Amino acid sequence: MKKVLKTPISAEDLAELKVGDVVYLDGTLVTCRDVAHRRLIELKQDLPVDLEGGAIFHAGPIVREKDDGSFEMVSIGPTTSMRMEKFEREFIKQTGVRLIIGKGGMGPETAAGCQESKAVHAVFPGGCAVVAATKVEAIEGAEWQDLGMPETLWINRVKGFGPLIISIDSHGNNLFEINKKNYNDRKKSVLEKISQEVKFIK
Amino acid sequence: MDKAAAAESLTNTLAKFTAYIGKRLPTDVKVKQAELRKKETNPMAIEIFDVMAENQEAADKLDRPSCQDTGVIQYFIQAGSGFPLLGELESILEGATLGATEIGPLRHNAVESFEEKNTGTNTGSKIPWLDWEIIPGEDYAIVDVYMAGGGCTLPGASTVLMPGQGYEGVAEFVLDVMTSRGLNACPPLLVGVGVSTSAETAARLSKKAILKPVTARNQNEKAAKLEDLLTDGINELGIGPQGLTGDNTVMGVNIESSARHPSTIGVAISTGCWAHRRGQIKINADMSYEILSHEDVKL
Repeated sequence: MKKVLKTPISAEDLAELKVGDVVYLDGTLVTCRDVAHRRLIELKQDLPVDLEGGAIFHAGPIVREKDDGSFEMVSIGPTTSMRMEKFEREFIKQTGVRLIIGKGGMGPETAAGCQESKAVHAVFPGGCAVVAATKVEAIEGAEWQDLGMPETLWINRVKGFGPLIISIDSHGNNLFEINKKNYNDRKKSVLEKISQEVKFIK
Repeated sequence: MDKAAAAESLTNTLAKFTAYIGKRLPTDVKVKQAELRKKETNPMAIEIFDVMAENQEAADKLDRPSCQDTGVIQYFIQAGSGFPLLGELESILEGATLGATEIGPLRHNAVESFEEKNTGTNTGSKIPWLDWEIIPGEDYAIVDVYMAGGGCTLPGASTVLMPGQGYEGVAEFVLDVMTSRGLNACPPLLVGVGVSTSAETAARLSKKAILKPVTARNQNEKAAKLEDLLTDGINELGIGPQGLTGDNTVMGVNIESSARHPSTIGVAISTGCWAHRRGQIKINADMSYEILSHEDVKL
C-alpha cells in the first residue's frame, strides 16, 4: 500500500520512516529555493508563508498566467537540493517545516537539522516535471513574485505527489552520504585499473 | 523571398524548433535510455527509469516542457561562409529564443549578473549564448540548440594538469567530478571531456563533446579507448539514475581533443543530464530545413 503523508505533518508521522522508503504527499507544497532561503536566514526577512508542519519543494517551475489572473502549473520538477545545504538546518529550525523535497542529496548540516527538529528530506526523480505537474491540483498563491518565475514561492495543492524517496530520515540517517562512501571506495580501484591502460605519454 | 521575409521565416522555424526540443528528447538519447532500462537490475533504478519514461510520454501528449528547467538557451552554429543570412543570424537567434519562451512556454532563466534581476525573456547580455564556426565555401548552416539546465551545468569544471599527471590525471579529474557534483546532476549522464591545451579550450571542447550523439566514438583509437574505460569505470561506481544507486550511470562518454602545449594538459568536463535537450537542424540557402536530431518532427 502507498504510504501517504498529509500536511500538516507531525513528528510522529515521520518517526517510522527510514531512508530508502517511498512516500507520497497530499496537501500543501510550497516551492522554496535559493533566494527564499537566503532572505529568511541571512537577510532575516519573515517568510510570507507559514510552513509549520508543512512541506517545501526545491523547485522553480514553469507557470502560465491565465487571462483571469490565476495560474496554471505547466512543468515542475526538483532542483539540486545541495545548493540549499548552507541554510537548511537553520531554515528547518525557524520554520518548523517537516518535509523537504528536492533532487540529489543534502549534507551533514541538513541531516543534523532533520534529526534535531524532526524533519525529512526526500527525492523526487529529477527531470520528471510533467508527471509532477499533473499531481498539482491548483496553485493557491504566489508570494515574493519580485524574484521572478523560478524563485517565487508557489503555493500548490497537491494530491498523490510522488514518488518521494526518503534520503534523510528524522533520525539523521543520510542515504546519499552512505552511498557516496561506497562510490568513493570503488573509485580507487577503478582509477587504478584505468591508469594502467592510459600511459600514453612515453 | 527577400531578405526580411527570409529572416522572419527562419526566426519562426528556429523558435518552434527551440520550443520543440524542450518537450521531446533526441532520437539517440531516447534509444539509449530504453536500452539502459532493459539492462538495469537494481529495483530502485528500474522504478526511476519507469517514471522517466512516463514523464516523456506525458510531456509529448500534453505538449509541455519535459523538465521545468529549460535552461539557458545556447546555439552552436556551423555556418557556411556563403549562408545568405550570416549577418542576420545573431538577431534571428535572439528572436527565436524570445519566440520559444512564449511557445514553450520556457522558464525564465536569464538573470543579469551583478544586476541580479531576471530579465523574464530568456535573453540578456550575450544570452542566448552563441558559438560560431565557419564552413568555408558552403551556403547552408547547421545549428545545434542546447538547453543548459542548472543541474547538469553545475558539475562543469576545467583545469590544467601538468604533463606528469598524464591521462591518468584526466581520468581522476573526471571520476572526482562524478562522485561529487555529478551524482546530483540527474544521471544517467552524457559526459563530455575536453583534452586540450588550456582551461577555456578544454571547456569549449567538452561542451562540443556532449553535442555529439551518445553513441559517438572518437576517431583516435587511444581517445576511444579512454571513452570506453571511463564509461565502464563510471558505471562500476554504481551511482545509478538520480544518484540513488544502479548499474547505469552514464549514457556515454565523449572526448574531444586538440593539440596542446608540451607543458600543459588542459582538461574539462561538461555533463548532459538524462533529459539531454539538444537538437540539430540544417538550414539550406533557400530556408528549407532538415531536422537531424529528432525523427518525425512536425514544427
